[in-house]
Amino acid sequence: MSRMSGWALYGKVGRKSRVVLGGLSILLPLLLWSAVSYVPFIWHPQVLVTDPGGEDYLEEGMRMKRADFERAVQEMHAAGQKAPEGVAVNPVYLPSPGGVFSAFVQAFVQPDSRGPEKSILQAFWHSIQIIFWGFVISSVIGVPLGVLCGALPALSRLVEPSVDFLRYLPAPAFGALMVAILGIYDAPKIAIIVIGTLFQQILVISNTTRKLDFGLMEAARTLGARGKRLMFSVVVPGILPDLYRDQRILLGWAWTYLIVAELIGTSSGITWFITQQARYQHFANVYAAMALIGIVGLGTDMLLGFAARFLFRWKQETE
Amino acid sequence: MSAGNGTTVDYRVLPSDVAERMARIKDRDVVLRVENLGKIFAQRGRETVALEDINMNVHRREFVCVVGPSGCGKSTLVRILAGLEQASSGRILVDDKPVDGPGPDRGMVFQKYTLFPWRTVCQNVMFGLEMAGISKDESRRQAMQWLQAIGLERFAESLPHQLSGGMQQRVAIARALAAQPRVLLMDEPFSALDAQTRVRMQTHLMEIWRKIDITIVFITHDLDEAIYLADRILVLKAHPGRVEEVIEVPLSRPRRAEQMTSAEFQATKAHLESLIHTPAEETPDEFEGTEVPLLTLVTDVVE
Ligand SMILES: Nc1ncnc2c1ncn2[C@@H]1O[C@H](COP(=O)(O)OP(=O)(O)OP(=O)(O)O)[C@@H](O)[C@H]1O
Ligand SMILES: [Mg+2]
Repeated sequence: MSRMSGWALYGKVGRKSRVVLGGLSILLPLLLWSAVSYVPFIWHPQVLVTDPGGEDYLEEGMRMKRADFERAVQEMHAAGQKAPEGVAVNPVYLPSPGGVFSAFVQAFVQPDSRGPEKSILQAFWHSIQIIFWGFVISSVIGVPLGVLCGALPALSRLVEPSVDFLRYLPAPAFGALMVAILGIYDAPKIAIIVIGTLFQQILVISNTTRKLDFGLMEAARTLGARGKRLMFSVVVPGILPDLYRDQRILLGWAWTYLIVAELIGTSSGITWFITQQARYQHFANVYAAMALIGIVGLGTDMLLGFAARFLFRWKQETE
Repeated sequence: MSAGNGTTVDYRVLPSDVAERMARIKDRDVVLRVENLGKIFAQRGRETVALEDINMNVHRREFVCVVGPSGCGKSTLVRILAGLEQASSGRILVDDKPVDGPGPDRGMVFQKYTLFPWRTVCQNVMFGLEMAGISKDESRRQAMQWLQAIGLERFAESLPHQLSGGMQQRVAIARALAAQPRVLLMDEPFSALDAQTRVRMQTHLMEIWRKIDITIVFITHDLDEAIYLADRILVLKAHPGRVEEVIEVPLSRPRRAEQMTSAEFQATKAHLESLIHTPAEETPDEFEGTEVPLLTLVTDVVE
C-alpha cells in the first residue's frame, strides 16, 4: 500500500493505482459474496433437507433453521430411526454468485414465450422505453426552460418559486392522480418519470446557466452580440459541457423513479418481472434483473462520459 | 490643456515636434466625448460616489491613458464607456451620437482572459464579424488577416488554453479590432503578464495602433506604461473619482524603450507619482487597522 498513490487528501491517483483500485472495487464485494455463499462455515444459518429419513414432517427440498434440523436428527437417533440428511445453506433470498450468473445467462440464451413480458429481456426493454420517453419529454421542456431561467432573471423569478415548491412533492404522490388522468397503461408511468425529473432539471440547469463566466458574456456584448445570437453563440456553447454533465446525473434520477412508475396502474417492465420472480422465490432471477439495471445504467453513463471526452475537449483540458 | 510655462525640466514643456503633433491631434474630430459623467453605486442603502463630473474628449487616433489610485473608478469609467455599466448622470457620445449599452463601435480588452474557450483562435477573431452578419467565409478571411497582423496565424486552429497569457491577450486585441470599432477600450490588459512580456506587448500594441485608424482609451495603474504609451494621460483621484489633471506626454513618436530614461519621462513620472501618492488623501483604505501585531508564536526570531 505504501507505494500506491491517491491516499493523500486531494492528492493525485496514478494510472496504475487507478486500474488496481477500480478492479478491487468490483472484486472485493464479489469476493465477500462468494465467501459467504461458498464457504460452508461462514453464516449458512439454514439446512436444505436432502433426505427426510424417518422424520415425517420433513420433506426433500425443505429449508429449516439449523438448530431445528439438529434437534430432528437427535430425535431420530434417540428413536433409533434413520436420521434425516441435509446440507448447510444460506436463506433463499441470498443466492450464490454462480446461481445469479447462470440466471443472468439464461435470460439471454433462453427465449421465453409464455405470455407477454415473461423474459427479463422483454421486461427490461419495456422499462427502457418508459425511461427513454420520460426523460425525453422532461428534457424537451426542462432544458430550454432551465437555460432561459438561468439567462433571464425575470423568467427565473416567475418560474422558479413554483418549481421549487413542486419538486418537494414526492413524485409517487402523483401516482393515483396520473392514473386517474392518463389511464392505467404506460402514460401515467412516463408521467411519473417526467414529474420526478423535470422540476429538478429546471432548477439544476438554470443554476448551471447562471454559472457561465460573466466575463465571456461581457466580452461578447462588447463585440456586438445580443439577444438570440448571444444566446446561441455564447450561452449555449459555454454551458454545454456542464449541461451535458447535469443531464447525465438527471438520467440517473429518472432511473430511480422507474420502479415507482412501474408499480402504478398495471405493473410492468422490469419491476413486474422482479416482483413476480420474488413471489415464486426465484431470487437468482431477482438479482439477475437488478444486476441488469445496474449494468445498463453504469454502461450508459460510462458511454456518455467517454463521449464527453471527445465532445468537449476544450473543457477537459482547461480544468 | 495649457502647454508650458518653462522651468528647466518641466513635464509640461512639450518638445516642438510633440507640440506639433498634439496640435494636429486636436484638429481631428472628437471620436469619444464624455460629458459630466457621474456614477453612484447604491449598495445596501449606502451610496458610493464612484465617479463625479468626468469630462473628456478623445480625438481620432489618439492614445489616452487613464491612471489613478486603486479604487478611484478607472474600471467603472471604462465599463460605462463600453456600455457594460449604466451611468448615473451625464452622457457619452461616439461620433457625436449618444450611446446606450454595449455596441460594436466600442471594442474592449479585459484584464481577465476572455477568449471563448470552445472556439479556436481564428473563430474567436471571427466572432465580432459573425455578429455583424458577415458571412463565414468572409469572416474567416478577415480573421486570418488579423492573425497575420499580430503574428499568430500559426495558432489559428489552436484553442485558447493552448496559448500563453500574452498570446491570448494579443488574440483578444485582434478579436476586438476585427469588429472594426471606433474606440478600443482596454482595462489593464497587460497587468497579469510578466514584466518582459508586458513591454513586448506595449511595443506591439503601439505598432498596431500606428498602422490602423483606431482610437484607444487604456486603463493602467503602471505609470511607466501610461507614459510610454499615451499621447495624453488622464489622472483620476479617488473618493469621489474626479479628473485631477490631464497631462500631455512630452515624448516624441515613435516611442522607444530608451526614452524611459530621458529627463522628460522622469519628470512626468515624478509628477504623476506626486499626484497619485499624496499621503493626505489616502483612500479610506482596506489596509487600515491591519498593522501586523506582534506575532508571539513566532517571536523566537532573533533580531
Ligand atoms: N458593483 C459595484 N457596487 C458597488 N460599488 C462598486 C461596484 N463596482 C465598483 N464599486 C466601487 O467604486 C469604486 C471604483 O471602483 P473601480 O473598480 O472602478 O476602481 P479602479 O480604479 O478600477 O480600481 P483598481 O485600480 O483596484 O482596479 C470603488 O470604491 C468600488 O468599491
Ligand atoms: Mg480596476
